Amino acid sequence: MDPLEAIKATFFQECDELLADLESGLLELEGGGGDIETVNAVFRAVHSVKGGAGAFGLEPLVRFAHVFETTLDDMRSGKLATEPAAVKVMLRAADILADHVSAARGQGVVDEAGSLRLVAELKALCGGGAAAPGAADDDDVVMVDSEVEDDGFGDFDFTPVLVEIEAPAATTPTWRIGFKPSRAMYAKANETALLLRELDRIGVCQVTLNADGLPDFDALDPEESYFAWDIEVETDQGEAAIREVFEFVEDDCEISVTGGVADAPVEAPAPSIDLELTTAPPPEAEPEAVDGDVMALLERAKAAAAELQPAPSASAAPRAAAAPAPAAGLHPADSADAKAAAGTTIRVDLERVDRLIDLVGELVINQAMLTQRVGESGLARSSTVSVGLEDLEHLTREIQDSVMAIRAQPVKSVFQRMPRLVREVAAMTEKQVRLTTEGENTEVDKTVIERLSDPLIHMIRNAIDHGLEKPHVRLAAGKPAEGVVKLCALHRSGRIVIEVSDDGAGINRERVKQIALDKGLIAPDATLTDEETDNLIFLPGFSTAATVSDISGRGVGMDVVRRQVQALGGRISITSNPGKGSTFSLSLPLTLAVLDGMVVGVSGHTLVTPLTAIIETLQPKANDVRLLGPNGAVLAVRDAYVPLVDVGAVLGYNKGPTDWTTGVVLLVESEVGGRAALLVDAIQGQRQVVIKSLEANYQRVEGIAAATILGDGRVALILDVDALIDVRRKDARRSATPPAARLPLAS
Amino acid sequence: MSKTVLTVDDSRTMRDMLMLTLKNAGYRVVQAVDGAHGLEVLAGETADIIITDINMPRLDGFGFIEGVRQDPRHRATPILVLTTESDGEKKTRARNAGATGWIVKPFNPDKLVDAVRRVAA
Repeated sequence: MDPLEAIKATFFQECDELLADLESGLLELEGGGGDIETVNAVFRAVHSVKGGAGAFGLEPLVRFAHVFETTLDDMRSGKLATEPAAVKVMLRAADILADHVSAARGQGVVDEAGSLRLVAELKALCGGGAAAPGAADDDDVVMVDSEVEDDGFGDFDFTPVLVEIEAPAATTPTWRIGFKPSRAMYAKANETALLLRELDRIGVCQVTLNADGLPDFDALDPEESYFAWDIEVETDQGEAAIREVFEFVEDDCEISVTGGVADAPVEAPAPSIDLELTTAPPPEAEPEAVDGDVMALLERAKAAAAELQPAPSASAAPRAAAAPAPAAGLHPADSADAKAAAGTTIRVDLERVDRLIDLVGELVINQAMLTQRVGESGLARSSTVSVGLEDLEHLTREIQDSVMAIRAQPVKSVFQRMPRLVREVAAMTEKQVRLTTEGENTEVDKTVIERLSDPLIHMIRNAIDHGLEKPHVRLAAGKPAEGVVKLCALHRSGRIVIEVSDDGAGINRERVKQIALDKGLIAPDATLTDEETDNLIFLPGFSTAATVSDISGRGVGMDVVRRQVQALGGRISITSNPGKGSTFSLSLPLTLAVLDGMVVGVSGHTLVTPLTAIIETLQPKANDVRLLGPNGAVLAVRDAYVPLVDVGAVLGYNKGPTDWTTGVVLLVESEVGGRAALLVDAIQGQRQVVIKSLEANYQRVEGIAAATILGDGRVALILDVDALIDVRRKDARRSATPPAARLPLAS
Repeated sequence: MSKTVLTVDDSRTMRDMLMLTLKNAGYRVVQAVDGAHGLEVLAGETADIIITDINMPRLDGFGFIEGVRQDPRHRATPILVLTTESDGEKKTRARNAGATGWIVKPFNPDKLVDAVRRVAA
């Protein structure tokens, strides 16, 4: 890759981090926390974005960042208070800045009007908040004026002037420069010799040393500046070029530039120094003066140096060691955090990690094959080969966990996008919303994180739009005007659970039931529990015109969310409490690459059932099964009947019904239909399998989630338990059975 | 032997840009991520030229320059500051702290190398 492109890629990566810092800093300020260091950090974030953007010529980004930075600078210097109203504007500015960064990256476009509006608002903030946001143009002018007055920008010390010289081409103009450096110039590590060298680059120089200021040897201060130079330079580059040479030192010297006239008489001065030799005299000592006693001068110089710096008179070594100490004492916590993080991470191309994961997947399969071969060879379980194989299995498992851990990332990256969404949706719905997050450092596979964003966004929109009430309604109900949406992530039994809860009105069950009835989703005489009613909102076709609004109604219903979650091998459920609010709960596998499964046989085929779905296994007795309609059946399990799903029949492996007395039943729990009993022929064992996508390699098959390769090299299908139950339910609905109705035990 | 430049900047992008430009111009580059780190690096490294940003966490450019100048080894080491625009106030403060010169961001490679050459002995 072109090195500059590589740096640009780095810049955008850095931007993401800076924008995240910016937002978290602003949120801290908004919450009343934070101190001047927080403001500084926020300022630096915008400043760095601008700096990098400038380097790549990203004009619109630079312009917006500049206005933002100016306002933040006012906050930093205390001119602007960190009050919530100002911080809120800045939070929105941070959103626009993020848009600008995305646009610069070639992703998406910036809402120009919105951007301009915020520019006006930001300027209004530094203008003291007096100007209305609408009056952007007038405001602009006011700003320029006040800036000049406030910051003393009026007295520019140097304005580059383009000097047009219309001299005859034959001769070059000669400039006369008088230059007398001050002591301060040398203290800043500027050096006359270097300046003369620069002058020599722009033209032919005649340099005359004026050593008149040199005092008697006894009075000589080695750090003082005594010399002056008169320089004549022949150049056609004009005064600007000459001034530029002295740009860094013009405040620390006396300088005059005159002439610029062609054909000026050149009076060759007597003691001239040939610059080719680059032997400009050191300012400390004049060679002729030390002719007599060099040692004495050195002595004096040492003594003078010691006098000048009483404090650092100690030797250099301890000073060097002590140097970091005061710095480290500035913000010990900060530095420890930041540096520890910077020092212990490396950036790795995702492709390499994915390749490693693929390889580990192959290793798992290969090892399973080896185990099977060894088993077939008739070796005793206690044989050294079998024992060694067991160790290998443990190692493989560990390698796999470690590799998965590399891909694991905190859900923070997704959670971080939500505050902005909440702000936008809150503004659109005219509701007051506070977002609280919890467990944002919970880790989950990168692929899961990437695909988590869409369902989460929809759930949060839904929570604000449909869950929370308008401020006046809330007040009337005795709740605070500001609603709370809580986003929370945690690990629970090998899965990650993400909850989106609101403290709104809860689900209006009567209305949900009515809509479902109107849409023909449930039978008029259906008796539904509260939980089942709540779950109706996940049914395809439930999302209706009546609920469509700008926010949630983008043609996407909760059924789509459920499908997205299921595609990740996840489940979604809802609990609602009238008047108190609702909680949507997402449960997802930590990884999409491997799965613990129960291997079962159905009509001669081998299938895998995800272990997480299985509650228990049992062997049904003949009188536990009751037929229900022409092709439905239920199984009595302790205190309830659960629908019996004949896997072989649903997948079309066998024509007639399986004899349940010879089979085995897996009692599974699905998110949508409660529990169900899956009837299979036999259980072969519990195994870890590598998931291979069926959709990518073949096509989507209803009731099947994915495929895997078994130890003997054959392909086995992985069951999609929820979909299986769904298929059965559709069949049942056709025979007019209320869906998912749990029947009380008859006997 | 090629000259060593210490670059002090908290932005990775900027550090990379400086590294690329200066390396191409034949300099050896040592990096630090903020002022405090810069002083730490200087304790164990010699630098012929120092380029530093102003706005940095922990220790800003002004403090860093003062720290460098307090070290007898670096009283005469040229220090260039990076400023985003020709901000007179910041320039003056940096100069008062002991900065030799400045580079206005965004810099192009020629401008940067030119400024380094101007102050490098």
